[in-house]
Amino acid sequence: MPALRPRLGSSPLLRHLLVALVGGAVALAVLTAVDDFRAGQLAAMAYLGIAAAGLTVLTGLNGQLSLGHGAFMAIGAYTAALFLGDVEPAAPLAVVLLAATAVASLVGLVVGLAAARLHGPYLAGATLALAVAVPGLAIYFGDTLGGEQGLSVRVPEPPAWFADLLFFLTAVDPSRGRFVAYLSWFVLIVVLVLLANLSQSRVGRTWRAVRDHEVAAELAGISLTRARVVAFVVSAATAGLAGALMAMVVRLTAPSGFTLTLSLTLLTAVVLGGLGSLAGALIGAALLTFLPQVVTGIGSDLGLDDVQSAELAPLVYGVVMILVILLAPAGLVGTLQGWRLRRRAAAGPAAPAVPATARPSDPTRPSDPTRPSDPTHPTHPTHPTDKAGRA
Amino acid sequence: MQQLLTTTLTGLVLGAVYAAFALALVMIWRSTRVVNFAQAPMAMLTTYIALVIIEAGHSFWLGFVAALLAGLVLGAVVERVLVRPVEGKGDLNAVILTLGLFIVLHSVAALVFGSRYRSFPAPFGVRGIEVGGTTVALTGFGIFTILAVVVVMGLLVLLFRFTDVGLRMRASAHSPEVARLLGVRVGRMLTLGWALAAVVGSLAGLLIAGGGLVHPGYMDAVVVYGFVAAVLGGLDSPGGAVAGGVLLGLCLSFVSGYLGSELVAMAALLILVAVLLVKPSGLFATTAHRRV
Repeated sequence: MPALRPRLGSSPLLRHLLVALVGGAVALAVLTAVDDFRAGQLAAMAYLGIAAAGLTVLTGLNGQLSLGHGAFMAIGAYTAALFLGDVEPAAPLAVVLLAATAVASLVGLVVGLAAARLHGPYLAGATLALAVAVPGLAIYFGDTLGGEQGLSVRVPEPPAWFADLLFFLTAVDPSRGRFVAYLSWFVLIVVLVLLANLSQSRVGRTWRAVRDHEVAAELAGISLTRARVVAFVVSAATAGLAGALMAMVVRLTAPSGFTLTLSLTLLTAVVLGGLGSLAGALIGAALLTFLPQVVTGIGSDLGLDDVQSAELAPLVYGVVMILVILLAPAGLVGTLQGWRLRRRAAAGPAAPAVPATARPSDPTRPSDPTRPSDPTHPTHPTHPTDKAGRA
Repeated sequence: MQQLLTTTLTGLVLGAVYAAFALALVMIWRSTRVVNFAQAPMAMLTTYIALVIIEAGHSFWLGFVAALLAGLVLGAVVERVLVRPVEGKGDLNAVILTLGLFIVLHSVAALVFGSRYRSFPAPFGVRGIEVGGTTVALTGFGIFTILAVVVVMGLLVLLFRFTDVGLRMRASAHSPEVARLLGVRVGRMLTLGWALAAVVGSLAGLLIAGGGLVHPGYMDAVVVYGFVAAVLGGLDSPGGAVAGGVLLGLCLSFVSGYLGSELVAMAALLILVAVLLVKPSGLFATTAHRRV
């Protein structure tokens, strides 16, 4: 996101806030204009976007692959559902969201401490196990967590000041569903600003250093474990927050909502947009939300029945995921930016900011053209000794 | 006592299947340094092929053999077409690729075969054998499962230890550059390795399905258990994978029998994390040092 507006200002914080304000205004206008069904879809896009943004920070900036983010969403969702159940009076919304974030962060800390010592496929396998294991807990503790049926979530009433403000701005009283959509987009924008700032700060540079070269990072005084654990906690917290919003949007929290497919879908969004790009995560979330409807429609036109048409969407995700890895490992945003960088570099000395070492198809750093790297290799440079050392 | 025996026998049968699946993962890991998470839906797909043949009125064994052959072809195609371009280009790309394949095969199976539960026949009885008046939890199909896995492992040992092809495959996995210099067609050996691993994976899929229900997701948990079993054994060692599979089968069977079947996946996760943190090279590893 910041890379898209390089000339807007010198301070990243100001720039991010400006983009956020514009984005917020657009979101407000769009959410007011659309019907209830679309508002629900946009709310789903918001929570997927939040979770994907958290995952792209972990995988793209820090090089840790997580297949278990659905599990953190489940933790956030169940926390929110317990707060928003039948207890009277319902807890304030901010408390619910913060509690979901805090519980997911705590679990993320525990998992992250273990994950910090794992590499590549080991980490993938461990987080895959996490994604499979967590829904089982909800069934095991069926008395409090509702078992297979899950917990129904009471959507909170919009606060009076919000209803007044919205009526003042748009002359409509928000329904509960629409209030959740506004809330989701507000949270999405706040999360994106925070993550964008974080990734441009010292912390973000530390994460990238750990991803790119462990030994060099350690020599520079960076604690690898600390950097990895912090990245994991931030990512898990974001996923927990997304889960809490998901619970409010879907109005039900059940184990069947947090299958392995959810975790893999999030990964699809991140890969599709380009690892490490927040804008890419948002685009990926939008595709995940709106593509199924389009594809299902095409399937019905082709004469498939409803159940079969519903399977077309994951088929398309999977095929796109494979194609992205084989043909454009930088994802959508990275490929577009690489194309732009190449054109600018080809324009001659007018653009000295792009050194010859820029390898635009690098998936993980579309915003930084100064790092020479293997274009197809998102984490570590490949040395011939790398394999042998691990064997 | 009765429950202890039942749990142990169930665990042994499950362990045999996990061992086969872990072995398939290890074979691929040794040769191409990829953990093939798509192994589960690949096995699922070939099991469906067997089911279609059996439901068309042919014998169980024709379906069985057809599924294994389909696995052979599928494994070779996947390696040659999809995995070859990302080989040696980093962990993340290969893992994401196998996960993409995971999603694709899932939805293909749901599209072609439907996503409802279908029962899969078993060639032998699925009732417990009676020994001295009491019924033991070991079924005819259970015995067949253990025997089939043992036979396949024996054949693999023969192949890798005593044949020329096996030697070439080991050379390709161990040191591709040197093997290539000595005239081994390394690419073909890798394809063959994937194909054979897919056959072993398909066997595991058939053995789990036998006498039970199949649906597009029925192997999803097994890939996790297979991975845990492979890591228990060190991910590099075929013997370790087998031992890890049996050990894990027993552990999970006890968790399921005494604590609750919902906790099985969590137990597998805890075992995996414990092994990775305490002894990352696996319980039975021969190499002393590995970065995890």
